[in-house]
Amino acid sequence: MSSSARSRKLFDRRILAGAAAGALLKLHPRQQIRKPVMFVVWVCAVLTTVAFVQALAGGGSERPGFVGAVAAWLWATVAFANFAEAVAEGRGRAQAEALRRARKDVTAKRLQSPSHGAPFELVAASAMRKSEIVFVQAGDVIPCDGEAIEGVASVDESAVTGESAPVIRESGGDRSAVTGGTRILSDWLIVRVTANPGEAFLDRMIAMVEGARRQKTPNEIALDILLAALTIVFLVAVATLLPFSDYAAFVSGQGAPLTVTVLVALLVCLIPTTIGSLLSAIGIAGMDRMARANVIATSGRAVEAAGDVDVLLLDKTGTITLGNRQATRFVPGEGVTEHELADAAQLASLADETPEGRSIVTLAKEKYGIRERKIHELKARFIPFSAHTRMSGVDLEGREIRKGAADTIEDYLDTRGGRLTPRVRATIDDIARSGGTPLVVAGGKRVYGVVHLQDIVKGGIRERFAELRRMGIKTVMITGDNPLTAAAIAAESGVDDFLAQATPENKLSLIRDYQAKGHLVAMTGDGTNDAPALAQADVAVAMNTGTQAAKEAGNMVDLDSNPTKLIEVVEIGKRMLITRGSLTTFSLANDVAKYFAVLPAAFAVTYPELGRLNIMHLATPESAILSAVIFNALIIVALIPLALRGVRYRPVGASRLLRHNLLVYGLGGLIAPFLGIKLVDLVLVGLGLV
Amino acid sequence: MSVNGWLQIAVTLALLLALVKPLGAAMAAVLEGRGWLARWLAPLERGLYRLSGVRADEDMDWKAYTMALLAFNALGLAVVMALQMLQGLLPLNPDGLPGVSPHLAFNTATSFATNTNWQSYGGETTLGYAVQMLGLTVQNFVSAATGIAVLLALVRGFTRARAAGVGNFWVDLVRSTLYVLLPLSLLLALFLASQGVVQTFRGAAEAQVLDPGAAPEAVQHIARGPAASQVAIKQLGTNGGGFFNVNSAHPLENPTPLSNLAELLSILLISAALCYSFGRMVRDRRQGWALLAAMFVILVPLLALACVSESGNLEGKETRFGVAQSSMWATFTTAASNGSVNSMHDSYTPLGGLVPMVLMQLGEVVFGGVGSGLYGMLVFAIVAVFVAGLMVGRTPEYLGKKIEAFEMKMASLAILAPCLTVLVGTAVAVACAPGRAGVLNPGPHGFSEILYAFSSAGNNNGSAFAGLTANTPFYNLTLAVAMLVARYGVIVPVLAIAGSLARKKSVPASSGTLPTHGPLFVALLVGTVLLVGALTFAPALALGPIIEHLQLLGHS
Repeated sequence: MSSSARSRKLFDRRILAGAAAGALLKLHPRQQIRKPVMFVVWVCAVLTTVAFVQALAGGGSERPGFVGAVAAWLWATVAFANFAEAVAEGRGRAQAEALRRARKDVTAKRLQSPSHGAPFELVAASAMRKSEIVFVQAGDVIPCDGEAIEGVASVDESAVTGESAPVIRESGGDRSAVTGGTRILSDWLIVRVTANPGEAFLDRMIAMVEGARRQKTPNEIALDILLAALTIVFLVAVATLLPFSDYAAFVSGQGAPLTVTVLVALLVCLIPTTIGSLLSAIGIAGMDRMARANVIATSGRAVEAAGDVDVLLLDKTGTITLGNRQATRFVPGEGVTEHELADAAQLASLADETPEGRSIVTLAKEKYGIRERKIHELKARFIPFSAHTRMSGVDLEGREIRKGAADTIEDYLDTRGGRLTPRVRATIDDIARSGGTPLVVAGGKRVYGVVHLQDIVKGGIRERFAELRRMGIKTVMITGDNPLTAAAIAAESGVDDFLAQATPENKLSLIRDYQAKGHLVAMTGDGTNDAPALAQADVAVAMNTGTQAAKEAGNMVDLDSNPTKLIEVVEIGKRMLITRGSLTTFSLANDVAKYFAVLPAAFAVTYPELGRLNIMHLATPESAILSAVIFNALIIVALIPLALRGVRYRPVGASRLLRHNLLVYGLGGLIAPFLGIKLVDLVLVGLGLV
Repeated sequence: MSVNGWLQIAVTLALLLALVKPLGAAMAAVLEGRGWLARWLAPLERGLYRLSGVRADEDMDWKAYTMALLAFNALGLAVVMALQMLQGLLPLNPDGLPGVSPHLAFNTATSFATNTNWQSYGGETTLGYAVQMLGLTVQNFVSAATGIAVLLALVRGFTRARAAGVGNFWVDLVRSTLYVLLPLSLLLALFLASQGVVQTFRGAAEAQVLDPGAAPEAVQHIARGPAASQVAIKQLGTNGGGFFNVNSAHPLENPTPLSNLAELLSILLISAALCYSFGRMVRDRRQGWALLAAMFVILVPLLALACVSESGNLEGKETRFGVAQSSMWATFTTAASNGSVNSMHDSYTPLGGLVPMVLMQLGEVVFGGVGSGLYGMLVFAIVAVFVAGLMVGRTPEYLGKKIEAFEMKMASLAILAPCLTVLVGTAVAVACAPGRAGVLNPGPHGFSEILYAFSSAGNNNGSAFAGLTANTPFYNLTLAVAMLVARYGVIVPVLAIAGSLARKKSVPASSGTLPTHGPLFVALLVGTVLLVGALTFAPALALGPIIEHLQLLGHS
């Protein structure tokens, strides 16, 4: 699949090198002020550096080596956070690079009038404007996004989709949209440009994967507020510790107020640096994951909304069932053998190129060994399906065969003096009730029987829907079928609900109904008539093969045009939220251990009795404080892979998911730092650094 | 502690639990203007509106609601302050007490308007009957009713969808007072009077001492007054301001074991029952039980810790109450933002004293004040749901309402306000001379006393660790500011949340929605409350009760 070609290792060496450089560049305060938590760390690093210089000059009571080490590790904390962000951005940029290569500046053949053979002039693609007309032919690169208005051509879209098989683009219908940067392999097209330079699809995609236009998503903003509030709490808790420690020293008659170094070290350990430093990396990684699933989202907001979706509207055809109906059974009428029916049905379908027609020929061959015959050898005349007669068939010498829906064939039989027999009628009803489509085959007065056309439900789709149900997502099947057929397929595939005889209007009103009840609705669509519903849905994934109108109305475009992708999109959205929540919990739970490390150390002179709280038995007060700071910095690096990959989402229902994540990230976050800080302390002692 | 002591506690908790459902259901009904009591008293309610020109059908948006509330509270504050300063001119002052100093009057007025009832003044020796009744007792009622009103507004935020209004403050105030606080107080006051709590307009009684040689004066003045009526509401309305200076340790305020039981139950009664009312009002009783369960889960271990630590320590306790009744009272009164006492918390062991301090520092959400405890807990629930919601991969929602940036902003403010007040207040006090001057005890215990005072004022509790001379301009003013910030710094954000929630549509629950009624959610909520409290106050507690405890261990 294309996404594997597009994916890259989590840590590409080139990306890492670039990120390391980026980490240092991002130390600039202007970069930091956007992230309040890390800005506090930055200020703390500056403060300790000043204290270090003072200590070197002989001021203060602390060893310059200790102050210097704290300062260095605080700078490292900021740099690690920058590194995390730079890695995420680097991965996006590498992807954008690949896309940019597709956007070489090409020459466009601008037509003076929109017809084949009209004179054209050569202009740079970047000079093309909306609604101008261009001509492209085999070997040309399509210069801009547009809509084919004449012609049909095969197009290599691998530059955008990663899929090497060519696709057909033709004027009119739902396959008319072409993308700039793709190449015509055969034939020609006349294309009306639909996007100005810089607004084209490829540009949007590049901007998105680069994170250039990344805006904070609503949940990210809310989380930012919570983190800022926590930072304020800790800022005040630590700042008030200065007068508290002063008073403690005063009443106990020993020790001194806490130094800036110790206060700052405590503050940095307490504020949620872990999540604060990884927050933007998580967001960028979410967009990146979306891009690697070959889905282009117009905003991070859309990605996040995908996680919230609780109603999924799915087109029956292509999503729930394999593209088309297939013949599965021949049920003969009175006095007809199965073989006779199969033979007649095959004859009537020989020239029928519809998938249903082909499946009849295939079934006849597989089940009754009736070989395909050439229609001109039989001197037969094929009667194609028309909207007027609503039948198709074949005229042989002195014999005609027709196939069609029951009511049409009944009308036909009337004109020939025949009628449907009771057994055939019963068969028709049976098939319709079971969700199949009965296709009646008749010739003259004679009724041969019924072909059972069946929608084949995709393998594994039932399990997929059960999974969605556990995720709390309701699935609704949209189909043009009659309610009886729709109900049967709905039952077979396990969807929660269905909309039969769907029209653009009732699709739209269905979405509005769900939204009015408070649901968040996602849907996929490709046709122009889907556009209103796509625009109304909260998450709308347009197929890349779809029309320009559909793509404009959606807030995501699926380059693979795979309608089941919606499920993947929902998972990616959820994963992003889960990662944020889990790391926030982890970050906060960490604080407990840090108090146990820093508080006894900070008051070692004033209140030596607090040493009883040094349950980790850290070697010295200096090593205790340093270990906490070092652990705090290293945990950021350790969690970068998790932030980029995302916490795994398992569709098991909210309670179990929460219990699992609380255990891993809550309890784990409580215990891990005790071990980690002790380990760092042992290393410090082992190296003889303290 | 003896088996008997533990039994006393078990019986008290069982009685409390048994009362939750009937009272909760009744309150849910009358607060929405239903039920037989509301029907009987409806003419009185309508009459009050007509008299005061209130349009009862007016639906206020959250800003109008807030303005009405603030204006009403400001008026109450001004009246109580004026009454105290003009005390010398007022009737019903048989002992001829003089006007109160402005800083003390401001402190006391703030204290009663904010449902704190911090008492810098000395009860019977400072305030006459008119001030106690017209000023303090009135505020005891309306400050508690204000808490219920805010809760009702927040409930409407959850139950209404796409609505602009959150209710009518005046209606909520009147109904809370008329249908809940007045009837319950009347019953309790009668019961207390039957137990011997004094209720009279006469001045101090004079008694001949039995052994004139041993006393400096032959005639003893025993203070009296209309106590039973005030004691009832001070317990029920989580006010805690005693009629007498030593509060419910005074034999005329709390004479018998039965009066002690009744007063003890009244501390938690309304706050606990409101959880059930909440469940009723949001049409999902399990939600109310979950919140109550979270409160119990925090209360019970802390109660046990207090009892175990105090075992054998009778200093500062009435021998007639003993360790169990005293520790239970100390825990209840600080779990709820009541603040009345029947023993002196200053004399508790370090860990025994830590329990009330921690309960206050948790933000007065473990039962907490009438109304205010539950809306405070709901703020924590919003924060807990936010983090948990992210962890299950959905935009967090609580009771069908999405929790977004605005709610987080306001919830953060509501949690920050008391935390910062306590820390900053304590820091200012220990850093400046007038602050240090009030401390009577040396060593870390002195620090604990200051920390306790600001924890009490900064969470609208009102109980005091004796040992701090608080009736000085410095403490009167700083503590008054702390009380104001802690009360309105929470109320305004909570009303803002109510307004914002009411405007939102209601999201139906699915299996992807985090259930907020199970044990998992209770654990999460408890964890959030404890973690926020612990992380905020760990350094301060380490320098107060914890080091005291460790030093005690070192000595023994």
